[in-house]
Amino acid sequence: MTGSDPIPVTLTVNGRTYRVFAEPRRLLSDVLREDCCLTGTHVGCEHGVCGACTILFDGAPARACLLYAVQAQGHAITTIEAFAANGELSVVQQALHEEHGLQCGFCTPGIVVTMEAWLDRHPDPTEAEIREALSGNLCRCTGYHNIVAAVMKAAARRRTEVVR
Amino acid sequence: MKPARFSYEAPTSLDAALKSLATWRGDAKIIAGGQSLAPMLNMRLARPDHLIDINGLADLGRVAVDDDNRLSIGALVRHHQLGHHELVAQHCPMFAHAAETIGHYAIRQRGTIGGSLAHADPAAQLPLAALTLDAELELRTATARRTVMADAFFVSIFTTAIEPDELLVAVRLPRRKPREGWGFRLFNRRAGDFSIVSVAATVARGEGAAIERLRLAIGGIGPVPVRAEHLVPAELVTALTEDWPARVAAAVAATVEIEDNERTPVVFRRELVESLTRDALDEALERAR
Repeated sequence: MTGSDPIPVTLTVNGRTYRVFAEPRRLLSDVLREDCCLTGTHVGCEHGVCGACTILFDGAPARACLLYAVQAQGHAITTIEAFAANGELSVVQQALHEEHGLQCGFCTPGIVVTMEAWLDRHPDPTEAEIREALSGNLCRCTGYHNIVAAVMKAAARRRTEVVR
Repeated sequence: MKPARFSYEAPTSLDAALKSLATWRGDAKIIAGGQSLAPMLNMRLARPDHLIDINGLADLGRVAVDDDNRLSIGALVRHHQLGHHELVAQHCPMFAHAAETIGHYAIRQRGTIGGSLAHADPAAQLPLAALTLDAELELRTATARRTVMADAFFVSIFTTAIEPDELLVAVRLPRRKPREGWGFRLFNRRAGDFSIVSVAATVARGEGAAIERLRLAIGGIGPVPVRAEHLVPAELVTALTEDWPARVAAAVAATVEIEDNERTPVVFRRELVESLTRDALDEALERAR
């Protein structure tokens, strides 16, 4: 056995504990999909460019393909599955649905995860700020018009929810 | 896009990390934010035998003003923190701005100052800002400590003065002078990409039209970012004149050496140097008031 063989890795994903065996080189995105069976995290480019695999790492958006599963031990991982946990869509998900902000849906998990976290810190964004924030998530179907409209709508709704 | 096999450790103290590095030397890579290294591992452009993960070394994540009155930034400070830290905004605002132009929101949550400087991409923002602001870099081994100025730190493309048993632990920056403004301009074709050319400048104004200090640096025209104020004609270095930014920019663009590369013709990059220098100086003067 060498140091690059599989080792026990304990992950906390969406509040649940997963015990898996993984080689140190295994991408967090692969372990989430293949070992934890959380296939909502999509894998596009595997080098950090497309944003489809974005998860929350201790609450901050991060590319799951640029993390190795061993690195995630002791940290809180949140995946797209946590955003509609009780069967109700999150604010961004609902707005994307209403504004026709997705077609094939491949990029959508990364967009939802990134934008929910970004809106927490930027509750009253301008359209230009939204476009800048979205630039890290590539969509090859719709163009960004409807996605931007959805995020604008989600931001407005989140503000009313906070007031309420 | 799967890396080759490697072994992994996450030391919980700087001493332990440095000891491990002393053993593995060039066969190990330090991983911090992983936003440059992980793509290289995944594409197998880098194939280290071992990864030493320093994310657990909380001491390297601090920002403070040190005893010498300089801004001291730990190697593990993330771009997003740099961009939003009160001390950085107050004492080295260019650095905060430069950090916010890196990649995308999710990338900036993970990427670190130490990683960006040690990676030494010739088009990256933080090496350019560090060079412009006369940063000093602190390197540690298990037994020794030394400091290297930014202009000696960047050796060539993806190559720095860091020895195989050394770890970059902190960056120290002299604080902004009174009446010193800064400008930072870059050009790229897509948001979040590395820039084709980037220019950083500081202008400290004296009495009247006098210029107390001009610092100018350019990235994207060679293997490492370069300082360029020595290319400014003597009469433009000490005092403001009519159309000063445009005259300085024209003089620099006319004489600066630009390495040939297949993707972007020299003539185009020379034009970029001129327009970005002019805009950076305009911006710096505006802020120097």
